[in-house]
Amino acid sequence: MQTLKSIGRFFFGDSARAFGSASIILLVLLAVAPAKDYFSQWRYYQKQYLHLIRGRADAVTLERHFKPGIHQIWIPEQQVTDRCTTCHLGLKENSLAGITAVAFRRHPVIPHKLTEFGCTTCHRGQGAATTLREAHNSTEQWEQPLLLAKYIEAGCGQCHLGAQTATPFLNQGRKLIARYGCTHCHTIKQGDGTYIVPDDDPPSLKHIADKTTREWVYAWIKDPQSYASTATMPNFQFSDDDARDISAFVMAQSTPLEPPLQPLNTTIKAAADPAAGTTLYGESFCASCHAIQNAAGVLVGGDFGPELTGIGTKAKPEWLQDWVTNPNHYDPQTMMPHYRFTAEQVATLVGFLQSKTEPDFVANVHLGPATPQQIEHGKRLVMEDGCAACHEINGIKKPDNFAPELNRIGSKPLNQVLFVEGVKHTLPDYIGAKIRNPRAFGPSLKMPQFKFTPQQVDAITTALLALTDRAQTQPPTMRISAVQQSSYQPAGHAGQLMHDLRCFSCHCINGHGGDMAPDLSWEGTAVQRDWLVQFLKNPGTLRPALIRRMPKFNLSDAEVNTLADYIMTVYQTPEFDRDSMPASEFTPAQVEQGRQLFYSKFACQSCHIADYSKDKGYIGPALTATGKRFNAAWLYHWLKDPQALRPGTMEPNQNMTDDEARSLTAFLMSLTSGNSKEATSK
Amino acid sequence: MRRILTAGCVFTLFASGCSHKTWQLPALQATAAGAAIVESSGGKQIGYIGLPLDQPVVVQVNDASGNGVAGAAVYFSGPAGMSFDPASALTDSNGQVTTTVTLGQQAGRYKLTARTSDKSGKPLQVVMDEIALGYQQTLGAELNAQYCIRCHDPESTRERVSNMDNLSVKPHAFTEGDVLNKMSDADLVAIISHGGPALNKSAEMPPWGYTLSKSDIAALVAYIRAVADPPYEAGGLVYAQK
Repeated sequence: MQTLKSIGRFFFGDSARAFGSASIILLVLLAVAPAKDYFSQWRYYQKQYLHLIRGRADAVTLERHFKPGIHQIWIPEQQVTDRCTTCHLGLKENSLAGITAVAFRRHPVIPHKLTEFGCTTCHRGQGAATTLREAHNSTEQWEQPLLLAKYIEAGCGQCHLGAQTATPFLNQGRKLIARYGCTHCHTIKQGDGTYIVPDDDPPSLKHIADKTTREWVYAWIKDPQSYASTATMPNFQFSDDDARDISAFVMAQSTPLEPPLQPLNTTIKAAADPAAGTTLYGESFCASCHAIQNAAGVLVGGDFGPELTGIGTKAKPEWLQDWVTNPNHYDPQTMMPHYRFTAEQVATLVGFLQSKTEPDFVANVHLGPATPQQIEHGKRLVMEDGCAACHEINGIKKPDNFAPELNRIGSKPLNQVLFVEGVKHTLPDYIGAKIRNPRAFGPSLKMPQFKFTPQQVDAITTALLALTDRAQTQPPTMRISAVQQSSYQPAGHAGQLMHDLRCFSCHCINGHGGDMAPDLSWEGTAVQRDWLVQFLKNPGTLRPALIRRMPKFNLSDAEVNTLADYIMTVYQTPEFDRDSMPASEFTPAQVEQGRQLFYSKFACQSCHIADYSKDKGYIGPALTATGKRFNAAWLYHWLKDPQALRPGTMEPNQNMTDDEARSLTAFLMSLTSGNSKEATSK
Repeated sequence: MRRILTAGCVFTLFASGCSHKTWQLPALQATAAGAAIVESSGGKQIGYIGLPLDQPVVVQVNDASGNGVAGAAVYFSGPAGMSFDPASALTDSNGQVTTTVTLGQQAGRYKLTARTSDKSGKPLQVVMDEIALGYQQTLGAELNAQYCIRCHDPESTRERVSNMDNLSVKPHAFTEGDVLNKMSDADLVAIISHGGPALNKSAEMPPWGYTLSKSDIAALVAYIRAVADPPYEAGGLVYAQK
């Protein structure tokens, strides 16, 4: 205590000493502000950067690019005020790619300029901050921390509403959202006014009792994935009683089909050969859309239609007979084509499908007759759980806005989010947790349980994080909309036939249809009528390397002619005249020159077969019957620029001269020897 | 008073010194020790930044005669950002430990180390390389899958049959670092853009410069560099240290 007193006397003993001391203290206090600035974090990083570049061979160039002080990217119309470049000084320096000091690395190559988009547009974080913590992490005043790299494609998705090559993860997330029907319940309206449309096609339950049994419905709603691992219907975690009552209600609401199902045709016998069913299933290319688990438990087939591993347990035989005969009868909206099977083929296929059973699935289901109370309770559950948001059910209206809309989920303020224990307090973690286990957020929540892999959850989260305020409010010029399906429908009798055969489930014409098979908008220009007729009667293999194939629909001659006439007349390109290059005018010299070009300069045999005896390439279609299949003018224009005629085709543009393309066309048109059965499709 | 102040200062200094101590993985109670640690599977995978690798990484601890040792402690470590689930574990009855690996936030190669120790406590380790693709390399990977892989990858899958055996001159797989690392970026761009004849090579390699954009081709080069084995090291300027 004595010492303290003596120190006090020394500094403040009299007025002169006190004045002197106070002045010094004031001076020190005044120096705090500039010192704070001098020792600020960003200056530290700038010094580190200078230290780094001065040790390098290209120091002079890098130093010339370096400007001290705070840097800022300011783009008022995008609400960007980013000072990130104050510390991240090497973002534009090519020579700093991959250096160990991560903060000073060159930015990975992207198609955009930093100065046009800023940093926070994609990375989030607090752009105006100049300290590490405030810029990167979430603080009380700023709750948008930097986005982890695994979600970074969400940045792209704010402007790019369609699929892009470089963002596989975002594309996958969007596909999953459509595939698992998220938007049956959650509306997602994007910035350009378009909606994310579900493509899972849940079946109507109006005539469900004709199709299957109540026991199957019960087991299915208890756990859809135990019937088929590929089922997209989520698990609503119904209790036994709830499942019993819902199955009672949907069966009670089911009305018989009009006209009613025919009893199983017992007069027609299935083919005697036990392998006939397998063969017919294979020949009809059912596996292009449907998968069946093989003996080893591996799913074989496409995922376009439902998995058929246990179809014999699910579907009643009369229904199978009706469906295989003409699916339009049960479901006029189905994607499944109407094959023209003979009665014997139908019996063979039904027998085959009936043999695909999973008896364990319904083995332990024992339901008594439904009581009125059970049906009433089932109705309440169906309404409360929004079953009709996906399925058509007699007597139940499709609910509007059954779940919260997700238009701006990617900017949801954290103070509106109710977190549960174990979930980190960030938006991506919240969204991920909600997708993984929705009921953890409260047992009364209605969102069902999906079975996604962690990678799928991250992909969906990425797609949802792209739905930001910025994506909704930015100027329309910033947005690149997805290609939307057109409303094109072919007219007349041919149009009806094409609908009946569901051509548009796989083929796209004039902007309408699927992408499983080639676009046919200009098919009439491309091919010769005789070939088309043969192909429609018996579609052969055009591309040996492909698994998915065009099925044989068993069309009548009249139907084939109707289709061929329509395709040849209507599906013509406006770009050139299909009669502008008569094949008869090619000279033998041109054919020979074309052959030389085919085998030497352009090495077409790498991917195509022109002669089965010596060529081996099978990436592209076999060309042995090209002269019977194609139109010469089409071939010529195709060779000049394949992508112009079919965007995305694998064949490269070889920048041929007109003469080269003409000679090659002459050679290809001379190939008419091929086995028409083998060399007729694409 | 002065003593208390001094003690306080010393303690603060000591505490701040301690905080720089490197963090150690919690020690496992190993019940056995092996003579060697080897990779079983999971090395050289190609993944994406910030995401888990498709396949788990499996290492095996063996005894002197090459049989798996159960109960040996294995610790995984890697560069900043790389994470492991679990980061340490005891080997199972086959002598193996399986871990899920998540790559860091930066594109590039991640060296993963699995450590154990032998009976005398001498450290044993095995090092594996994992590859993280960033934006540009991902674009390259997608273009590769669309245009290149059928000829440049000898492996066939159900959906994609390899065409390599049908070619008279076998293309190089993109992982063939021995060959491709010797080609400059400019040469790679030239052969992709103008085809094999641009470098006096086979015409079976077509020109892609009229189909793909310049940035697409740069992305393909970035992808080829990213997956090269042995790794590609950029040549050019040699930086003098002060």
